[in-house]
Amino acid sequence: MSERFFPDSMPPPLANAITLPFWQAAAEHRLVVQRCTACGHTRLPPGPVCPECRSAEADWKELSGRGEIYTYTIVHRPIAAGQPLPTVIAIVALDDAGGVRMISNLVGVDPSEVAIGMPVEVVWEDMTAELAIPRFRVTEKPR
Amino acid sequence: MSRTHAHIAGVGETRYARWGKIGVVTEYALAIQAIQNAVADAGLSIDDVDGLASFAEDRNEAVFVAAELGLPVLRFANMVWMPGGGGGCAAVANAAMAVETGQAEVVVVYRSLCQGQFFRFGTGGMDASAPVDPKPPTVQQAGSPMLASMGFALPYGLIMAAAAYALPTRRHMHLYGTTSAQLGSVAVTFREHASRNPRAVMGAKPMTLADHQASPMIADPHRLFDCCLESDGACAVVVTTRERARDLAKRPVEILASEQGAPKGYAFGHFTNANIADELYATGGTEALAKRLYAKAGLGPGDVDVAQIYDHFTGCVLMQLEDYGFCKRGEGGPFVESGALAWKGGSLPTNTHGGSLSEAYIHGLNHVVEGVRALRGESTSPVKDAEVCLVTSAACVPSSALLLGRR
Repeated sequence: MSERFFPDSMPPPLANAITLPFWQAAAEHRLVVQRCTACGHTRLPPGPVCPECRSAEADWKELSGRGEIYTYTIVHRPIAAGQPLPTVIAIVALDDAGGVRMISNLVGVDPSEVAIGMPVEVVWEDMTAELAIPRFRVTEKPR
Repeated sequence: MSRTHAHIAGVGETRYARWGKIGVVTEYALAIQAIQNAVADAGLSIDDVDGLASFAEDRNEAVFVAAELGLPVLRFANMVWMPGGGGGCAAVANAAMAVETGQAEVVVVYRSLCQGQFFRFGTGGMDASAPVDPKPPTVQQAGSPMLASMGFALPYGLIMAAAAYALPTRRHMHLYGTTSAQLGSVAVTFREHASRNPRAVMGAKPMTLADHQASPMIADPHRLFDCCLESDGACAVVVTTRERARDLAKRPVEILASEQGAPKGYAFGHFTNANIADELYATGGTEALAKRLYAKAGLGPGDVDVAQIYDHFTGCVLMQLEDYGFCKRGEGGPFVESGALAWKGGSLPTNTHGGSLSEAYIHGLNHVVEGVRALRGESTSPVKDAEVCLVTSAACVPSSALLLGRR
């Protein structure tokens, strides 16, 4: 059983047929981005066509789960019952992802110490056996 | 010379109130009342109106408004297809296109918002006190591209606007050393302007920089006083042809230029998009739009006498001032701190009504109303001999803007 950081009351992911594979991979603790097989452009959220070359062909690239804080906010008002406060929402620039960033949370950190540029790595929060949410923690590991 | 000939002939509004405090009246009824007030201001009759325009998924559908008011004919009904407050100036632009191309002759742009009757935007529509669903969380169906995009923000608790727009502001602080006190100077300046405006919800409540710094943190770096109000009220703007506007009750105001849209890959902007281009991330995303706007009017930032800048959050004001060329990139903080936006002695008197931070949050259509009053000499913080006013709609989302001129 993995560590829990947020309650069940947090909003669940919303997905369509194109974005669902991201959450299916997440359930297996794999962090992926969509990659155009025609030009190699990577993107998140996934979409039906590559915005660079307009090809509809794409696969999924699995990432190391490491990256760095691009920007962040420390939220002091809850949106969900029992939400731990303050909540750190961060934009993470992902390694080996062609410059792709994602929205996530920073957990296990003193909010007053959060800074842009901090190295982070993914930590999976199993909300259920079928739903895992990628969150991040500060890491000392070399990238 | 300007390429457009549509003019704004009338403006009006209802009483503005804190969310939930407007009394026993529906949002829809307020829309109707604002339209009537704007049409009366122009010296027109409701029987003259043949077009309606709005923006941001307006609940008060034009066909019902037209039926309610008994318009003899509805020839044009239009809504901007961009979410949130970015579409206010675009709605005016669409009305202008309609009258310039003969689709209609008198188009009223309206906006009514009753956060007390629907959800408070500040909560993002969530209720943290609601009972928890006993069913375990699962992935839910996203019925639109917007919801699929929000699917990558919601699980992390990113739904409050105060948090979404904190992200570019924090990065601006990191890149350029912008400070919370500089953000605060925006809020304090607009509150001072509101103090002369009897329509302003916060007109009777002065604010000092110390008050701003002592206000509670909502979503760092946004303190409470960095966030716009949540309001109940409505306003409207009457757009018609130059020929028609010339003979009406008030001095007409010309729409010198309008622009709308978004940069490549912008989607819903900072609200859900973590992948806005690096060079655009700590900006309002409106620099290219601003260049197109000025070029269309044959004007530059130095020609702007007074500005009404969409102020959902203080940081977004600062980034727009850079986008629109009033200071260099990264210098928005020192620029606002110098007093540039102040009615008293500022080089660019801005939000002379008090803005969304201190007059009311009506999705920025009240900024168009104030832009018109500023050029008519009717503002409660008048700028002498003002000839050109810039009005912007929400930035950090797909946006729009107007350059208005005194005629």
